[in-house]
Formats: sequence, C-alpha cells, structure tokens
Amino acid sequence: MNESTNGAPLIALHNIRKQYPAVLAVDDVSLSVRAGEIHAVLGENGAGKSTLMKIIYGAVLPDAGRIEWNGSPVTITSPGEARELGIAMVFQHFSLFESINVVENMALALPGKYDLKALAARITEVSQRYGLPLNPWRSVHELSVGERQRVEIVRCLLLSPKLLIMDEPTSVLTPQAVDQLFETLRTLAAEGTAIVYISHKLDEIRRLCHRATVLRGGRFIAEVDPRVETERRLAELMIGREFPETQRHAQAYGPVALEVMALSVPGDGPFGTALDRITLRLHAGQILGIAGISGNGQAELLAALTGELPPDDAQSIWLNGQPVGRMGASARRKLGLVNVPEERLGRGAVPPMSLTQNALLTSYRQGLVYRGLIDNDATTAYADNCIREFDVRCGGNTAAAQSLSGGNLQKYIVGRELRQAPKVMIVAQPTWGVDVAASALIRQQLIDLAARGVAVLVISEDLGEILEVCNQVAVIAGGKLSPVRDVSATNAQEIGTWMSGLFPQDEPAPVVRAA
Amino acid sequence: MIESLNPLLASAIAAAIPLILAALGELVVERSGVLNLGLEGMMLIGALASFVAVAHGGGLAASVIAAMAAGAMIALVFGFVTLTLQANQVAAGLSLTILGTGISAFLGRQYVGFRAPASFADLPIPGLSELPLLGPSLFSMNLLGYATIALLGGVAWFLYRTRAGLALRCIGESPVVARSLGLPVIPVRYAAVAFGGAMAGLAGCYYAVAQFKMWQEGLTSGNGWIALALVVFATWRPLRVGIGALLFGGVSALGLYLQAINVQVSVFALSSLPYLATIIVLAFISSNQNAIRRNAPASLGKAFHADG
Repeated sequence: MNESTNGAPLIALHNIRKQYPAVLAVDDVSLSVRAGEIHAVLGENGAGKSTLMKIIYGAVLPDAGRIEWNGSPVTITSPGEARELGIAMVFQHFSLFESINVVENMALALPGKYDLKALAARITEVSQRYGLPLNPWRSVHELSVGERQRVEIVRCLLLSPKLLIMDEPTSVLTPQAVDQLFETLRTLAAEGTAIVYISHKLDEIRRLCHRATVLRGGRFIAEVDPRVETERRLAELMIGREFPETQRHAQAYGPVALEVMALSVPGDGPFGTALDRITLRLHAGQILGIAGISGNGQAELLAALTGELPPDDAQSIWLNGQPVGRMGASARRKLGLVNVPEERLGRGAVPPMSLTQNALLTSYRQGLVYRGLIDNDATTAYADNCIREFDVRCGGNTAAAQSLSGGNLQKYIVGRELRQAPKVMIVAQPTWGVDVAASALIRQQLIDLAARGVAVLVISEDLGEILEVCNQVAVIAGGKLSPVRDVSATNAQEIGTWMSGLFPQDEPAPVVRAA
Repeated sequence: MIESLNPLLASAIAAAIPLILAALGELVVERSGVLNLGLEGMMLIGALASFVAVAHGGGLAASVIAAMAAGAMIALVFGFVTLTLQANQVAAGLSLTILGTGISAFLGRQYVGFRAPASFADLPIPGLSELPLLGPSLFSMNLLGYATIALLGGVAWFLYRTRAGLALRCIGESPVVARSLGLPVIPVRYAAVAFGGAMAGLAGCYYAVAQFKMWQEGLTSGNGWIALALVVFATWRPLRVGIGALLFGGVSALGLYLQAINVQVSVFALSSLPYLATIIVLAFISSNQNAIRRNAPASLGKAFHADG
C-alpha cells in the first residue's frame, strides 16, 4: 500500500479565510492532501470543517487564500468546476432524490448520453469491483441508509475522482457497514485516490486515516498522525480542554413505569414501517436503549408512545399501571411522560419563537399560566433557569430557537423537560448533530436522571452512545423489537448483526430484576 | 341512441381541451416546485392577446403566437417576483390573477361584442371520424384540440423519458440537493414558469378564438381555478390530467344536455354540477395521502435561496 507521506500534494490550500456576516468561519487555515492519502479533518461543530470542504468543492468562495491543484493555482467557483478537476464529495445529508430510482439519480449527476440501460450496466460493474452491491433499478426511498450511502459513493466513483471528500460518512452505518466502507476507501487510496475524511468519531479516524488536521473555532490547531495518538489526546486537541468522562452510578430499579404490550400500528405514509407486536418494560431508574437504523419503525414507535398518533388499543401502552393507549400527548404529559424528539426544530421547539415562548409550550403546567393568562415573569424566570442550569449558550431568553446551535438547543429542550419532574422520559437521537463536549454533558444528564428514579427510553442510531449510556439495549428492525440484553452482556458486533434484522425472534421477553 | 351521444361527447371534449392545456402548463410549473395561482389571469391575458391579433386581421397563427407570448411574458413577471425577488408565491400568484383579470377587462373594453373574423374550424379526419361513438367527437376536433393531445403526450414523454424532465422533477423535489449536483435550479424554474404561462395563454386563445369566437369580459369564467384543482386531482400526472379534464367536461356537457331536454331541475343546480363533481372527486383523491405524497413535488411553493 502507498505509505503516502511523501510526494507533492494533489491539492494544497494556503491561508484560507472565510468571513460570514456574524462569524469568522475559517481563519487562515492551510491543508494539503497527497494522492493515495486518507486525510482526516477533525473538529467540533462550528470548527470550520464544513466551510472548508465547501470551499474545496466550489460551493463557497473564500475571501482570501490560495488553492493549488497539482502544483498550479486554481479558483474553484462552482461544484461543476470542482467535478471537472476530479473532485467528488459524499455529503453527510445525502444528495439523493427519494422519488426516483438509483440509475436516474446517477444519470442526473453524470455528463454524456442519457442512456439508462448502459449506465445501469456500468453501475453494476463499478459497484461489484469495489464491493458495494447495488440494484440500479430500485427506488431510493426503498433503500436503507447504508445502501443510500453506497449509491452516493458509486455515483462519485463513476466520475473516477482524484480527490474524494467524505463528510461524516459513518454517522448512520452499522459497525459491519463501517468495516465494509473502510475496505472500499483503502482500496481507493491504494489505487491513488486522495481522500479527505471528515468525522468526529476518533476511533474510526485512528483506524483509517494517515494524517489528521485538527480545527477549532475556524483555526488550524495541529496536524498529527492519528495512528500514534490516543483518542483522548485527539479529543482534547479538538475541544481545547480536558475531555469529560461519563460517570455511571450503581443503582437498583424501581417499579415498572412504562409497559408496552404487543403494540402494532400501521406504517406512517408510503415509506413508513408498520410496528409488529412491540413488547417492552421499563422500570423507574432504568435506561433502556433502542438501537436500529432509522426508518425501521422508530418514528412510528415514538408517535405511539408520546401520544402523537395513539394506537387503537388502549391496553397496548401502560404508564405507571394505567392504560394510556388512547390518550393524547397532553394527557400523557400530565401523567409524567415527557419526550425530547429527534427533530429539535419543528417538533421539539418552534423555530422562530423565543426560548421563553418555547418553554411555555410544554411547561405551562409548572405555574406559568394563571387563570388562563400567561404569567410572563414566571415564564421568563423558568426559561432563565433552564438556560443557567444546563449551560445553554444563547443570546438570552428572547433568542429565537432557530438561532441556537444544535447542541445548545438540545440542552435547552432537555432542560425544559427535566424541570417538569417527569416519571418517564423518551429521548430520540439525543446527541444527533451535537458536538463532542455537549454530547458528553447530555449523556451525563440522562444517567443522572435515571439515578433520580426516572425511567428513560433512549432511541438512537448511534450504537456507541447506547452502549455508553444505557443499562439494557434492544434493537428495532423492520418494525419488530429484538430481545432485550444487558449492555454488559452484549457487544457492538452482536447488536450490529441484530440491526440488520437477524435476531432471535421467539425468545420470551426477559424479566428485568426489580428492586 | 349512439348518435344522440355525439353532441354530448363533442361538448365534453370541447370543455376539456382548454382545461388540459392550462393544467398541463401548471403541472410542469408545479413539478419544478413553483406554485403559480395566477392561471386564471394568464388565461385571460392570453385570450385577449389572441383575440386582438385575430381582430386586427393577424390570422390564426398570429393569434396562437400572441396568446402564448403574452401568457409567457406575464408569467415571467411572476417568475421575477417569486424566483429572483423570492416573494411569497401564493400572494404573487393571486395578485397575478387579479392583475390579469383587470388588464384584460380594461384593454378589452373596445372589443366587447366583436365577433372574431377568423376562428378554428373542426377538421374531421377522413375515415376515423366515421367511427361509431368516438369518431365524430375525438376525430373531428379543431387544430388546437389535436395539438392538445400531442402536448399531453409530449409533456408526459418529457417528464418521464428525458434527462431534462428528470432534472425538472428533481428540482421540484429538492432544490437544495439539485443545486449540490450542479443543476441550474433558478433557470429551470424560470423556463417552467414561462412554459406554464404560454400554455395558459393557449388555453385562453382556445376560449376566445375557437369556442366563443368573440370577446367578453372574464370569458374564462373561473376555469383557471378548475385547471389548478385538476393538477392536484391528477396527483401531478399528465395523463390523469387528461382524464380529469374529460370528467369535468363530461359533467358540464351533461348539465347542458339535461337543460336542453327540459329536465325539471334548477338551472343553477345543473351549472354547479361540474364544480361539485370536481370537489367531490378532489376530496376523494386527496384522502389517499400516499398517492399525494408519492407524486407531489416536495418543495412545492417554497422559495429557494441559492446561497442557502
């Protein structure tokens, strides 16, 4: 394999600077990547990774600085020009159209004659050569997240790129799919393709990448060899201070707080997944994680549990010994069930409303409303308390929810729900799009919450997170729930296999020990 | 018995053709993600332009060109306001209808009561027009009628069989993704809006120069709104637009037919029948959320900020 520490760079960025109206996104950053090298760009949200990649890909123009391609200066003013040079990018949020099939998606991005049959043959050939099996005629909306990513990668490979940029490619993949992706990337690098790999998953970077550039607050911090650094050291370079470690508490469980019995609901919409006899039991003080790739029934399960779309059978959901299946969200909240939804903007908070107004949305029972009128002083005080206790960085209680970063808004929403003294808390993707330091804080809060006797249900695609936070774990796949395992009695490999639907189906639901 | 159905079918088709033209144009516009509620206004402006061209001796070709050019031009004003200035599409579309209604009424005052010196005549296809049942209606349309059938097939072919059509549908689904692939979002939407205007103009031309053969204020009588509803009713599929328009035309024709044979029902009830039928069918179709979601352009009516 190409050791790729020598040789002239394929692309070199010198002293790049990009100023946005409110923020200096990239400040005097230099970066060079050689052919055959896998180069990591590491940094928290807002470190400038995305802006830097958009500059390479021609989607954003830098205010200052030079770019050299194969030693000669270039200006890249559009994604089209970047593609002509041989730069391809796999986006974190897939740039695929759901309603059309794989080959049509690819035809759109490729020059040349519009001949779908010939293109399909090429797709099959390339996908087999790199071990990325694909059926070109399937509709994108039928594909799993891993398959969609394959579509993205194969689409890039059809352009025979010299430089491939991957933006957080593994955030939604099973461990097996990650291994397969890494194999493909190593093959590509060995063939001489330069790869820029953006991630905040430090273990992956250490396994895969030859060099790493660390950014923080838009500035270049260090260039290191990730293969010889520890994860801890990389994390500290990234966040600029010591990395907090999650503290677990030894604990016993209380009585059953939430019980789901043979819950079946139809899929939501044409691309939804029907739930098939979901049964689970959650005790006070317990954290149960539900792993699984999104689109396997998580949305339906959440809607049924929170009361957004109550199931037909009142007996299928029990809250503290009371059947609540037919109750709406508000009635369930009154009984102590709160939730932090996956979509923070839109479900968790109203984007253009201020933090104070957003506090009122779910916490109005906490003495914020007096005889049908809003008590503005109490509401403001409530919002201020959330902001202070949960270290929410924002422009005060009048800031619009949409002006906060993902992590800060999540902290605010978690804080708002926690202050309602819940008995059961359902959290979906608690740290999705949240940077490392804020993630650690949110995870610690969930653990502390359970220690205070709250039953916590975590639905997450991030297996590492579930294994770190939860006591028990189950997997949802194709609308069915796997058996529940103690986290200490399983591992990422087993759960990863289960995530593809291969779990024992007929095992009776295990009895969880009670205090 | 079959012979007595002939006038019924013929008038059903005559009522359907302008609806198909306008709805096809709007379908392409909406598939690109733009909602233009100004259909009625563009039709009226096209109708007036075609009538003026004919009235001043320009002939039928000039009337078609004038109608399409006027429709496209007023649509491009809408395009500038919504695509370049990124104004709200609903408000801009409604304003376009009010503007078109006003302008056509104002500039058309001197033509009220005028008869068109030339008009589109029926062109029966020898042989085919002798066929029982459909022959006298389907194969003895005027030139605009045959053109409508060709446009129906052409739009379906364009949307589902060409790269440009694919690009247009994708821009309507997600302009952000389309832009990241380097597709020209705003130019394609401009082109779609202009096409929609030209088709609406052509529909207006049909009313003025083929159907009524004279000018009167508001001669499209709300059919722009029906065409708009048809697009949704047809779940954004071109061939279903054809079927929907025929259904509406059929119910309209049936109402007139029942009046003609002196059925004792209120005239007002009969003339509201097609609207009622359209609403019922529309509500029925809309209750199938899956059909809507699978075909509806996901970004319909949302402004797109190119640097977002």
